[in-house]
Amino acid sequence: MTPIRNYLQENRYGYNRIVVMFVAVGLLALVLAVRVGYLQISQHDRFEELAQSNRIDLVPLPPVRGLIYDRNGEVLAQNFLVYNLEVLPDKVQDMDALLDQLGQLVELKEDDLERFRALLKRRPSFERQTLRANLSEKEASRLAVNLHRYPGAEFRARLQRDYTRGNLTAHVVGYVGRISADDLEQIDNNKYRGLEYIGKNGIEAFYETTLLGKSGFKQVETNAHGKIIRSLEQVPPEAGKVLHLSLDIRLQEKAMELLGGYEGAVVAIEPATGDVLAFASMPGYDPNPFVNGIGKKAYGELRTSDRRPLLNRALYGRYAPGSTIKGFMTLVGMQKGVSPHDRVFCNGYYRLPNGKRRYRDWKKTGHGSVDAHDAIEQSCNVYYYQLAKRLGIDSMHEGMGQFGFGHHTGIDLLGEPSGLMPSRQWKQEIHQQPWTSGETLIIGIGQGYMLITPLQLATVTATLANRGRKVVPRFLTAIENPQTHTWERLPPEVTGRVAGNNPQDFDYVIRAMRDVVHGKKGTARLSGRGLRYEMAGKTGTAQVKKVGQNETYREEETEKRFRDHSLFIGFAPLDDPKIAIAVIVEHAGGGSRIAAPMARELLDYYLIERLGLFPPEDADTDTGNRLARLD
Amino acid sequence: MLSLLNRQNTGVRPQHGDREEVVFPVDMPLLTAILMLLALSLVVIYSASGENTALLLRQLVRIVFALVLMLLFCRLSPLTLKRWSPIVYGVGLALLFMVLAYGIVGKGAQRWIDIGFFRFQPSEIMKLAVPMMMAWVITQPNLPSRFPYLTVCVGIILLPVVLVVMQPDLGTAILIASTGIVVIFFAGISWKLIVAVAAGLSAAAPLLWYFVLLPYQQRRILTLFDPWIDPLGAGYHTIQSVIAIGSGGITGKGWLAGTQSQLEFIPERSTDFIFAVYAEEFGLVGVLVLLGLYLFLVFRGLMIAMYTHDAYSRLLAGALSVTFFFYVFVNIGMVVGILPVVGVPLPLVSYGGTSMVTLMIGFGMLMCIQNNKRP
Repeated sequence: MTPIRNYLQENRYGYNRIVVMFVAVGLLALVLAVRVGYLQISQHDRFEELAQSNRIDLVPLPPVRGLIYDRNGEVLAQNFLVYNLEVLPDKVQDMDALLDQLGQLVELKEDDLERFRALLKRRPSFERQTLRANLSEKEASRLAVNLHRYPGAEFRARLQRDYTRGNLTAHVVGYVGRISADDLEQIDNNKYRGLEYIGKNGIEAFYETTLLGKSGFKQVETNAHGKIIRSLEQVPPEAGKVLHLSLDIRLQEKAMELLGGYEGAVVAIEPATGDVLAFASMPGYDPNPFVNGIGKKAYGELRTSDRRPLLNRALYGRYAPGSTIKGFMTLVGMQKGVSPHDRVFCNGYYRLPNGKRRYRDWKKTGHGSVDAHDAIEQSCNVYYYQLAKRLGIDSMHEGMGQFGFGHHTGIDLLGEPSGLMPSRQWKQEIHQQPWTSGETLIIGIGQGYMLITPLQLATVTATLANRGRKVVPRFLTAIENPQTHTWERLPPEVTGRVAGNNPQDFDYVIRAMRDVVHGKKGTARLSGRGLRYEMAGKTGTAQVKKVGQNETYREEETEKRFRDHSLFIGFAPLDDPKIAIAVIVEHAGGGSRIAAPMARELLDYYLIERLGLFPPEDADTDTGNRLARLD
Repeated sequence: MLSLLNRQNTGVRPQHGDREEVVFPVDMPLLTAILMLLALSLVVIYSASGENTALLLRQLVRIVFALVLMLLFCRLSPLTLKRWSPIVYGVGLALLFMVLAYGIVGKGAQRWIDIGFFRFQPSEIMKLAVPMMMAWVITQPNLPSRFPYLTVCVGIILLPVVLVVMQPDLGTAILIASTGIVVIFFAGISWKLIVAVAAGLSAAAPLLWYFVLLPYQQRRILTLFDPWIDPLGAGYHTIQSVIAIGSGGITGKGWLAGTQSQLEFIPERSTDFIFAVYAEEFGLVGVLVLLGLYLFLVFRGLMIAMYTHDAYSRLLAGALSVTFFFYVFVNIGMVVGILPVVGVPLPLVSYGGTSMVTLMIGFGMLMCIQNNKRP
């Protein structure tokens, strides 16, 4: 630093430095001008766009999900307005304190809290979670006043799915649930803007796109806090389509009632159309708690219950069909040129030539000389051992396949299994072993490897009732547009006829199956007492545990889980079948004792009470008189 | 323009009379530019505040108050300023200590002091006290040789700067330091030393980074290079203000029509980020007008410094002018995204009273120097 006593020098220095500053200030101002110019001229378009997207926000307007009705217009799934207390975890500083405070305003059950905490762990924190659904009016108003004190807690009115007959329809209609991370990978996110639910199973999942509707949107101008300043443009949402199902909820209810304490399934189909009238899987469960995420404890109970309520037995349950296939076996024999009039002597067991093993009949003393009619009526095993021996597994595989054994029915539900109609090839592939003739024999009476689902069993019964005309079973009969109230009725889907059988074949077998119920020696004759109409049927007993050569099966001595399944198939009336039914009751013993009376009661209920056919004898109608006489 | 800058005969004074007869010897070019900026300020604040007239009125009151202070100061003589320099500096320093001890905490920092009817920031006093004190020290004729002399200067700057950093208010601390450094520069420090210090500072930068800067300050500097690394946090201010400016284009979106401003995307839009509102609504044209006004003010101030013959006056006038521009540069630089975000208002335009009062007193001092340029 220069001494500053010399004024002249001092002036000169100051002067120079000020000139330097003039230049420096000018340059820095230039820097600013250039930067602003760069932003406002060359980057203008980019920022213009950013500013636009900053202020314009699309607010999705979620559509109302389509309702679901049964065949008589009873609502099965609906939406109702609920007031929910929701929490946006991102905005909450102390969750425990918040829950404490909210717990003083509304009732929070342990279950609510536990479910909510589980959701907090599983779901991203920017997502609102329902803490309490279905607030009462009192709670709602109390919340509305106090909510501003709790940032993160929100009070929202929303449409919630409600299954009016949930316990009856859980395995048919299914339920919707919160869109999960897995769902997000599958779906087109744009279609779900503003939506929180997606069909998880049943009809809700199968017809997701139909029920969903189309999101609308509102273009709004928002400020930096996301607050809407004004609406610019609006595209209203399109409500989801209304589904009309073939299900008769009353018949369903009756079927569930009859299954009662048993585990089992009942499937009833209208043969002409394939309409599924009843699709009961016992036990059912209430799907409503699943909508907002069921609590861990409640879910655990459902999952670990011995009765396995979550298992859809009607769809996924695979059972040995037992003797219920005997009518079909007869038809397959006819396809291959076996005369039904050929007689077989039944002495209580059958032995393969050169074989030691005895293949037993259910009747130790045997049925004596039987033809196909007798064999069906009395459910003679020996006849079918012989028939199976004559046909061989290849013919049986092919012939039974014609009816649909071992094939998907094509029902409008997801994940239908195909059942199993075994073949040589199948055994080689799965077990790496050659087929043995003994295995052929027991397939002849619906045991061994053969597996069938209740739905399949009802479907093949419908095919029988149709005299070989094959119809795809279905739930959806009509789609209604809720805005225009126009209906689209879906025609039944017929996939052809059973090849190789003429109508006389069917008449023969149906007559024999009529006598199962109506005949003197019919296995289900007890269930046929007092019938006002003619029905055809076939009992079945599916072995669960292999009975040794020297053992005798005694139901009362057998542990419940090893007891036989009780089966019955049937349809009525004979000439114009309105309903074909398959009943499978797990571990209930012989088909004639449990399944047959159940089927009878259901047919009575459907034909007489639901359809109003066959009034009591004194009523003077043709059908009533004619059929009553036949009994 | 140049003739205006060079205008010698100014103020509301009779052509013939001497100085004593002039009640308020203002410098007309300075006053004109100041009034134009203040008018502009009211226009922009009205828009930025969402057409809040109550707020506008409050600002108007502050402006009047600040103008009165300016008029009072322009009546003083530079000699008075010089005499008072050490006292002002001492009082300012004492107040800074008081802030640390009893100050009011606001926005996470302790900057304010409450004296009954109003609150003010003692650090603002330092913006004037430091250049005054520096000029006073440097112009002491009996000061001994160079080295201890320079240490004294550095001490004068450092003491208040450290106190302000402790509040913590890095932005103001930088501004205060800059006022002192500018005085040293005007006093004629050798270029060699300037280069040496600059080199030393850049060497010390990493140390400063790790040991002095707080995490929030580090983030602000990092986001300067790429605001999108934290678009909703530290980068948010810069991103929104740059979008506002860029979308304004050449002619702007029009007064009250800036979407970024009106829809509250720009944070602190009536105070520190008011330039973004202005640039969005008035475009490049408006920006150039504003920069022009600022340059005019600064150049006029430098001119006053140039034509004065008293060393103290020159140092003070030069320092006041240059630091005024420095404020402008730091604020606009921050808003346009070339400087880190520090809490520095746009001189004379931002809503708020404290900095305006300081600035207007500064302009009052400039005017008083202009009036007394012939000793």
